[in-house]
Amino acid sequence: MTTSGAELRPAPGWVRVVAPITVGVVILVIWVVAVDVLKVAPRALPSPIAIINEFVLRSGIIIEDMGITASNSLVGLAAGAIAAIVLAALAATSKPIDGMLAPLVAAIAVVPIVALTPILNTMFGASSQFGRQSVAAIAAFVPVFVNVLRGLRQTRPVHRDVLRSSGATGLQTFRVLTLPTALPYLMTGLRIASSIAVIAALVAEYFGGPADGIGTAIATYAKSGRASLAFAYVAGGIAIGLVFFLVTSLLEWLVSRRKPV
Amino acid sequence: MTEFAVRAEGVGKVFPTKDGDVVALTEVELTVDAGEFVSLIGPSGCGKSTLLRLIADLDPASSGTLEIFGKPASKARVDQDYGIAFQQAGLLPWRTVAGNIALPLELHGMAKPARAARVAELAELVGLTEFVDRYPDQLSGGMQQRVAIARALAEQPRLLLMDEPFGALDEMTREYLQGELTRIAADTGAAVVFVTHSIPEAVFLSDRVVVMSPRPGRITDILTTGLGDTRDEALRESPAYFERVTAVREALHGTPVERANER
Repeated sequence: MTTSGAELRPAPGWVRVVAPITVGVVILVIWVVAVDVLKVAPRALPSPIAIINEFVLRSGIIIEDMGITASNSLVGLAAGAIAAIVLAALAATSKPIDGMLAPLVAAIAVVPIVALTPILNTMFGASSQFGRQSVAAIAAFVPVFVNVLRGLRQTRPVHRDVLRSSGATGLQTFRVLTLPTALPYLMTGLRIASSIAVIAALVAEYFGGPADGIGTAIATYAKSGRASLAFAYVAGGIAIGLVFFLVTSLLEWLVSRRKPV
Repeated sequence: MTEFAVRAEGVGKVFPTKDGDVVALTEVELTVDAGEFVSLIGPSGCGKSTLLRLIADLDPASSGTLEIFGKPASKARVDQDYGIAFQQAGLLPWRTVAGNIALPLELHGMAKPARAARVAELAELVGLTEFVDRYPDQLSGGMQQRVAIARALAEQPRLLLMDEPFGALDEMTREYLQGELTRIAADTGAAVVFVTHSIPEAVFLSDRVVVMSPRPGRITDILTTGLGDTRDEALRESPAYFERVTAVREALHGTPVERANER
């Protein structure tokens, strides 16, 4: 059917939609056949049909737990990002502050979150989400800080000259030039941080704290042999991560649509 | 009494570097009358752009006195006595054409209705009325440069500073914009200081051409073109124009250029 000439042409629009869906369907079919028909899969791997059944059956409690994990991620992402923006702004305006912050940020970047989590959870007790939110905040801080600081340094000399020759004050220059220049970088940082914050908030639930959230449920049901339900929760976790990623990707696209000239 | 747009006396600029001081400009004596069109021309490193940046108070002079309409350069900058355009249009990519033209007006707190009216006027002046809602990345290089010129004219400056504004454009766009610029300069009555490395461009546009030379950057000659107020396409082919081009070329090279038909 295909000629060599046709292969050189870019794929038509529908191919870009149909191709990944086809891959997904093929994988699902292989999965169902392996588990339900041939029964060659390990016992801990349930059929996708069983997972969907569990998800629908228990959707009320799963969505409630998703809400807990998602809100922990969001609070952590927001707190980490705000701290990162404030500190990056300080570092960008003053060389000494930059020098003071650099080792601190390097230290935060290498903190093993998994190691810190049990301590934080114990510190804030079994009734508080604060430990989990802190873990998400620490995880989100570094990518936002690094990107914002870089973004604040991207103003072009010709733009600075234009502003100076227009008699702009320092604050005006920051508002109309430095900030808009840094915005796409902030959004890139947020997109990277959003996935990390969700993972951090979820993993933090494995190490104590209140008995709610996606991570807690996955750990509980995996241990008690209810694999289908555990996987239904995993699907919930994927959904949260996907929503965070899509929203931040959309924001990033919105602010970086205009190419520099 | 003639008012001076620019008056430079013994102006010099030294850039300190690791390997000692570099003299970019020395002993510059220059006056530009109000409404006069003056070009600065010379090879790379002759300090023509440096001189323009000193006039614009983008860099401070190391020595001498520099006055813009009788004020120190720093005061003239804050008072917006000049508008400036660079080789790169330097438009903000996230602002529309209208937003870019309005930038100086916005910074100086002009009210919105007045701003919109002024932007419409300026867009008309540079022939971009239909493009005010476009973004810079949707415009050609020549159109971007026209937006930059409109922005420079926003505050109705009596002095327009231009640093090779047409340097990155193709020859046809360049000649078109040169014509437009002489029209705009005549309409607004503004003095223009125009940096270029193109001899024909300098002669076509200017009342006077300032010839500069490098190491150290200095003024070596000032030629009056005497081509009158009409700068149109006919001028480009007139003998008077060619004669001035030759004169500037000889001033740049320091010796009379031997011509093929005189050998």
